[in-house]
Amino acid sequence: MVELVWLIPAFPLVGFLTILIGGRKLGEPLAGLFATAMVGASFVVAALTYFDLLGMDEAERSHTETLFSWVPVRDLQIDMAFLVDPLSITMCLFVTGIGSLIHLYSIGYMHGDPKFSKFFLYLNLFVLSMTLLILGSNLLVTFLGWEGVGTCSYFLISFWHTKDANATAGKKAFVTNRIGDFGVMLAMFLAFGAVGSLDYAVINDSALAGTLTQATATGIAALLFLGAVGKSAQLPLYVWLPDAMAGPTPVSALIHAATMVTAGVYLMVRVNPVLGAAADWVPTLIAYTGAITALFAATIALAQNDIKKVLAYSTVSQLGYMFLAVGTGAYVAAIFHMVTHAFFKALLFLGSGSVIHGMHDEQDMRKMGKLFKFMPVTASTFIVGWLAIAGVPPFAGFWSKDEILLFALAESPILYVIGIVTAILTAFYMTRQVVMTFFGEQKWGSHANEAEAAHLDEAVDEDDAEADAPEPVETHGAHGEFKPHESPPFMLLPLVVLAGLSIVGGIIQLSSLGIIPKSAQHKLLDWLHPIVEFEGSPVEGIGEAHIDGTWAYDNKVLLIFVAIACALVGIAAGIAVYQRKMAKAIEPELLARGWGYDDAISWFMGKPGRDTFQAVADGDAKIVDGAVNGVAVAVRETAEQVRKGQTGYVRQYAGVIGIGVVLLLGWFVVIRGIL
Amino acid sequence: MIAAEATSVGAGAFPLLSAMIFVPMIGATAVLLTTKSRPEFAKLIALLSSGMTGALTIYMLKEFDRGDAGFQMVSKHDWIEQWGIGWHLGVDGISLFLVVLTGILFPLAIVGVTPHHDEKPYLAWLLMLEAGVMGSFLSLDLFLFFIFFEIVLVPMYFLIGGWGYENREYAATKFYLYTFLGSAFMFVALIATAFIASDSLGGVTFDLVEIAEGGNIATTTARWLFFGFAIAFAVKVPIFPLHTWLPDAHTQAPTAGSVVLAGVMLKLGTYGFLRFGLYLFPEAAVWSRSLWLTLAVIGIIYGAIAATMQKDLKRLVAYSSVAHLGFIVLGTFAFTSQAITGSVIQMVNHGVSTGALFLFVGWIYERRKTRQIAELNGLQKVAPIFAAGFMVVMLSSIGVPGLNGFIGEYLILLGSFQTARWWTVVATAGVILAALYLLWAYQRVFHGEPDEDNQSFPELKLKEGLILLPFLVAIVFTGVYPKPLLDRIEPSVDRLVAHVAANSDVETDPSYTTQRGEFDNGHGEEHEDDEESHSEEEGEE
Repeated sequence: MVELVWLIPAFPLVGFLTILIGGRKLGEPLAGLFATAMVGASFVVAALTYFDLLGMDEAERSHTETLFSWVPVRDLQIDMAFLVDPLSITMCLFVTGIGSLIHLYSIGYMHGDPKFSKFFLYLNLFVLSMTLLILGSNLLVTFLGWEGVGTCSYFLISFWHTKDANATAGKKAFVTNRIGDFGVMLAMFLAFGAVGSLDYAVINDSALAGTLTQATATGIAALLFLGAVGKSAQLPLYVWLPDAMAGPTPVSALIHAATMVTAGVYLMVRVNPVLGAAADWVPTLIAYTGAITALFAATIALAQNDIKKVLAYSTVSQLGYMFLAVGTGAYVAAIFHMVTHAFFKALLFLGSGSVIHGMHDEQDMRKMGKLFKFMPVTASTFIVGWLAIAGVPPFAGFWSKDEILLFALAESPILYVIGIVTAILTAFYMTRQVVMTFFGEQKWGSHANEAEAAHLDEAVDEDDAEADAPEPVETHGAHGEFKPHESPPFMLLPLVVLAGLSIVGGIIQLSSLGIIPKSAQHKLLDWLHPIVEFEGSPVEGIGEAHIDGTWAYDNKVLLIFVAIACALVGIAAGIAVYQRKMAKAIEPELLARGWGYDDAISWFMGKPGRDTFQAVADGDAKIVDGAVNGVAVAVRETAEQVRKGQTGYVRQYAGVIGIGVVLLLGWFVVIRGIL
Repeated sequence: MIAAEATSVGAGAFPLLSAMIFVPMIGATAVLLTTKSRPEFAKLIALLSSGMTGALTIYMLKEFDRGDAGFQMVSKHDWIEQWGIGWHLGVDGISLFLVVLTGILFPLAIVGVTPHHDEKPYLAWLLMLEAGVMGSFLSLDLFLFFIFFEIVLVPMYFLIGGWGYENREYAATKFYLYTFLGSAFMFVALIATAFIASDSLGGVTFDLVEIAEGGNIATTTARWLFFGFAIAFAVKVPIFPLHTWLPDAHTQAPTAGSVVLAGVMLKLGTYGFLRFGLYLFPEAAVWSRSLWLTLAVIGIIYGAIAATMQKDLKRLVAYSSVAHLGFIVLGTFAFTSQAITGSVIQMVNHGVSTGALFLFVGWIYERRKTRQIAELNGLQKVAPIFAAGFMVVMLSSIGVPGLNGFIGEYLILLGSFQTARWWTVVATAGVILAALYLLWAYQRVFHGEPDEDNQSFPELKLKEGLILLPFLVAIVFTGVYPKPLLDRIEPSVDRLVAHVAANSDVETDPSYTTQRGEFDNGHGEEHEDDEESHSEEEGEE
């Protein structure tokens, strides 16, 4: 089966090409069903490959499948080749699995959109790129996928492109990501110069064998991290992700929560030996970037009123956790959290999409409330997601977050404190969201009519938003009968499946507690063992961090109780403030505006940045071209003057010659001293 | 006059390369002989002769031996014996795809765009231009090259001046004087080169290969001579700060003129650097490389910034050419196989994607009679297929992997990084800017809600689609499977790199594997072996 791994990207490729050629003919819902089937087929192949690997000896669980020679120039030999190993297959499983669920959901969500088939065209292209990113056996194939997902992200954010904000958000995402790509490209050049190859196997082996110098390893690791910061929306490049919510909600779930944004984490884990061989400041930088981003984004999420914006900042924050894990050498925990986060964040996003759908395009949580009884399935599954992200046992998020915090404490108490404060904030803002949306007061009934009126106005000039909801006009027209409704089965089925995964997802990596049977512990670590643990490397500190014997490890039961307590404190505080109204909600404007960071950047780009560019463009016309035209003018003027000298009088010419002879003689005599 | 002499040498009995120059030349004459009352004859003849030239180039591509690094299908005859000037043509990996591009681009430009008046002389000039460009790419004689290099100017001058837009005369004159002035330096230098080299060659000759391989020119002299050539090429590329004729010429030229200008004519400069700069004066090229690298990098950043702020879509594409050509110059003066191979393939890629971009701008102008970005909006809503085509071409120009632009840009940067590290770091930053100016332009033109004027923007026509198709095929094919191109380009590039290395002290081939190591941790044996045998196989290739 491992030889057939190319089928994983091949199916979405077929889907993409089919819809490209015949998408309009297929129409709705056939194009959607076909696209879903293709991603589903990829999932089946991934699952079969997984079982195939599982049956093998651990030492054999790595296979490179070369399709063709892609860019061969002398020493540079880059193949279009796929690497099948436990890490890539784990990624493939959850990407194609969640991908097919979200495809299915989109059939319901995009119902009635005039660009229905085009949406699935882009989605399939995205899955194709994402699988290339994961399966690439060298940095360039990964980069192909890396840019591919970025381009699809651009297409999908600006999917409803007639609205200017969407188009701007798409462009912003692409350009910001390019800053990261700059790092990835330089990392590749550096790696090629050092080891003569871009294959992960060669680069990692060189790092493990100790032949890769620390300077080179540091350079590669830091530059790749720059790429990861862009793609995975960390400080200071996170600004594109909240704006990316302009895209249709399934896109937010698939690309901007579950899969694409985790690519940076994947890349870091893929090259973890290089991180290990790099100077210590690189992992430290990664850990602190992650931790600070986690806290920073969580504070912003506290004051957001857009249901998707809360989740967007939450995603940035959770990705911060993953980088915290990477920086502290907890690679398995990073992957673990990536998987559980994919489950519950996809669930939350799809749930919010269902709410938006049911509320006829309303995204403002201040106009929601008491939706539980109208949308019982959406609400119940959303609550599962909430408990999972808040870190309540036994839901999936609890296990992965706990493991990250354990490693953080083993590394440094500062990181742990940042992590645990973020955990409290996470529980708090998610409780706020759940209460404002599904419980609390009913806000939409009382001012339904005025909301309707306002909405109708909007609908006139933002007709792309209409596409979001089926038959919006009829419902909007029926004043007074406004009633949120539960979503169709196409949308509910994925919610239920993801809720199930969010409950049990933790079993893939249960911690080593006494009450859990030994055979059930650390399944993911055992599985990823060849990727992250290396015996016999001469380089210090390479691979997964060893924390046995640290204070944190010895007291992990205590830490678990602290984590649970923090989650409960956050939830209780949230309920107290937003449900019971025991205290006034503190939502400072500064937080709502994201600490003003985005505004500052927009100002900088719009004002001094733009002025500089304009100055260069003007300078080109005035100075550089001006000089050229100046020369032309000077030549013409001189010629005019010289022409006046052509008088035709012999005596004048003779006079000029005479003066010339005298000057020449003078020069020889006086200057050169010849006589 | 020389036709009689151009008999068979090289590939088979047919003087293939000479034919590629004479067919369009004869076509141009024939076009002029048609009657005014039947304009369709002129068009038919133009199509036939340019189409035939295109077919010849495809045939040449098929006959080309990819293992051979030297010049192939050589056609060599004495012409003006007493001065050692010969009719010497040949093609190698460096010129191969430029010739094919020329052969394919001209018929497409002729079909794709109809001039608004006087079709007959217009077509004749275009065919003349094709002959000149072909001759420049194929000449292996300095004097012959110079003649073709100058011939190119005349048709272009008349095309811009006669069929251009509002400011055409200014642009045409500027173009002509600027490039002609550059060529004057080259003319002096090439005469001097031939005579100085005659000492060691035992007689005056203008033959490129003989001078390059055997002409002993003193180091300082060679540096002076190199600069004579370099000024002409630098204007033609154009290299910052000699670029300002380009935006004017591009903007004012008729669409076919812009397509050809960007597609193949600018490459005369970069091609000239490789063929005549590096090959004839390797030491001088290495000696002055810091200058060229710096100017190239300035061009990349500067061109991109200037492009961002343009209000005219055509001017924007013109400035983007300054940036793209900067990459090619960077690669040229990095002296590694990857970088120069990248430069060669990027010349072709730039021709394809910028050529296609100019076609699109031309089609937009035909429909809306404006090129001002501010007057265009929301076109994607009314013409989605048109927009999609533009998008693919634009992504290729940005350098998104999987499309052709990336392959060239990547090879250039990767190769240059090894010998010109800091220049490359700055150049790589230029990649960010490329996304900025093109996406911003796309957003303003295609996104948003179309206003009244743009409401009725016609969708891509079938004819336009058919013209676009070869461009799109080239864009995707080169991006996904560049090996057929690289395999043919690389041997000649390697030969050139070796020539430069042998005649200068530059380190052209850094040892890439100094830090390579193998690691065996006990559970990866199988895998290690796989990897090892795999890379060995490749090494043998």
